[in-house]
Amino acid sequence: MHTTNETTSTPLLSAKMLTCIREDRILFEALNINAYSGDIIQVEGPNGAGKTSLLRILSGLSVPYDGSVCFNEKNIQKVREDYHQNLLYLGHLPGVKGEMTAQENLAFNLALQGLNPSLAENTLKDVNLLGFEDSLASHLSAGQHRRIALAQLWQTKAPIWILDEPFTAIDKVGVKALESLFLTHVDRGGCIILTTHQDLALPKERIKKLTLEYRFF
Amino acid sequence: MAQLMAQPMVNNIQYLNSLSYRSAFMLVLKRDLTIAFRHKDDILNPILFFVIVITLFPLGIGPEINTLSRIAPGIIWVAALLSTLLSLDRLFKSDYNDGSLEQMLLSPHPIFVLVLAKITAHWLLTGLPLIFIAPLLAVLLHLNEHSYGALMLTLLLGTPILSLIGAIGVALTVGIKKGGVLLSLLILPLYIPVLIFATSAIDSASMNLPFTGQLAIIAALFFSTLTLAPFAVSSALKVSTN
Repeated sequence: MHTTNETTSTPLLSAKMLTCIREDRILFEALNINAYSGDIIQVEGPNGAGKTSLLRILSGLSVPYDGSVCFNEKNIQKVREDYHQNLLYLGHLPGVKGEMTAQENLAFNLALQGLNPSLAENTLKDVNLLGFEDSLASHLSAGQHRRIALAQLWQTKAPIWILDEPFTAIDKVGVKALESLFLTHVDRGGCIILTTHQDLALPKERIKKLTLEYRFF
Repeated sequence: MAQLMAQPMVNNIQYLNSLSYRSAFMLVLKRDLTIAFRHKDDILNPILFFVIVITLFPLGIGPEINTLSRIAPGIIWVAALLSTLLSLDRLFKSDYNDGSLEQMLLSPHPIFVLVLAKITAHWLLTGLPLIFIAPLLAVLLHLNEHSYGALMLTLLLGTPILSLIGAIGVALTVGIKKGGVLLSLLILPLYIPVLIFATSAIDSASMNLPFTGQLAIIAALFFSTLTLAPFAVSSALKVSTN
């Protein structure tokens, strides 16, 4: 389904012959994906086509029915900790605790990745949450929750980003900022796999599209 | 250019070495305690349940000293079991619902360290207070004066077992919408050995007999669950989020 670029280097992340079955329905089968550094892969498809299932399999949260996912040519089940050091996955739930402030939430997420939690305060400025550092997250909006989660992207050192609908509830200015961050990231040698229903305002040649079709059997 | 820079980006990740098991453990423990203290009814609910159940028994049974002191160990321990069960749900449920559990499973740390931190936080908030309250409530039940030491010791060794075994059940049922009934069915039978040996130790103490045997068995249960439960919980969580 996906055309790999002609390069001799090994892919950062590769999926081999993936098959996923949900509720007795085959979402996709024998799917091969190669994500090289510098790639932005946009997974497209109608609702229920298996975009989220695919991203969860790639991140290691779900186990595929058949096939394997490899990081640097090694099966991610075998190198889990190594892989997760190099991965940032943001699901469609932001993972923000309402009982903690915006800054505490971000500081925890950064610390969990081994980054300095004191970076949180400055990073919140990058995502336009200046002045909300000490507000409890339960008092913030859905878009602001999403921003707290996305703020990790500004600090993370992980090269592989897997983002499930990162633009949900984000305003136009925020989307622009994210897109330029994506470009910076892939130019540094990272790779991004994301799902979104919006068209990315990035140069066409930078984006590789992977289309999943809705299958009825 | 991008290709050239890719390799160092992957291999140069050394910064994580500075984050040991210990600091990952403390990080999650501190977070869970912070959340709990901002949500005080979650802490108070199981403790109040424990106090109310125990104070109701003398009212229901009557103030006869012999009867009460005979059944006191059982009442205190059953109340402890049920109040733990009442509080188990919040161990993983809210993290599961808001997606932070996924983030923890995808963190570079071994999952059992994070799980152990969460269970420790749960015990500090539900098991530990019981150890301090139980002797006061035991007075209401006319617990035999020789039994207080045994009561405290069995609670100290036994309540962590309740949190550890309970965590396995919660991890297995966290993905199910109405997992409450299933959780009780899964967990309560596994609590029976603790209940039997704990009450038996307190009974022996009341007759001035040695109770080190029962205590040793509870200690053995404690150490085996402490070492094995975090791994069981990690696997169960992976299954639940699959």
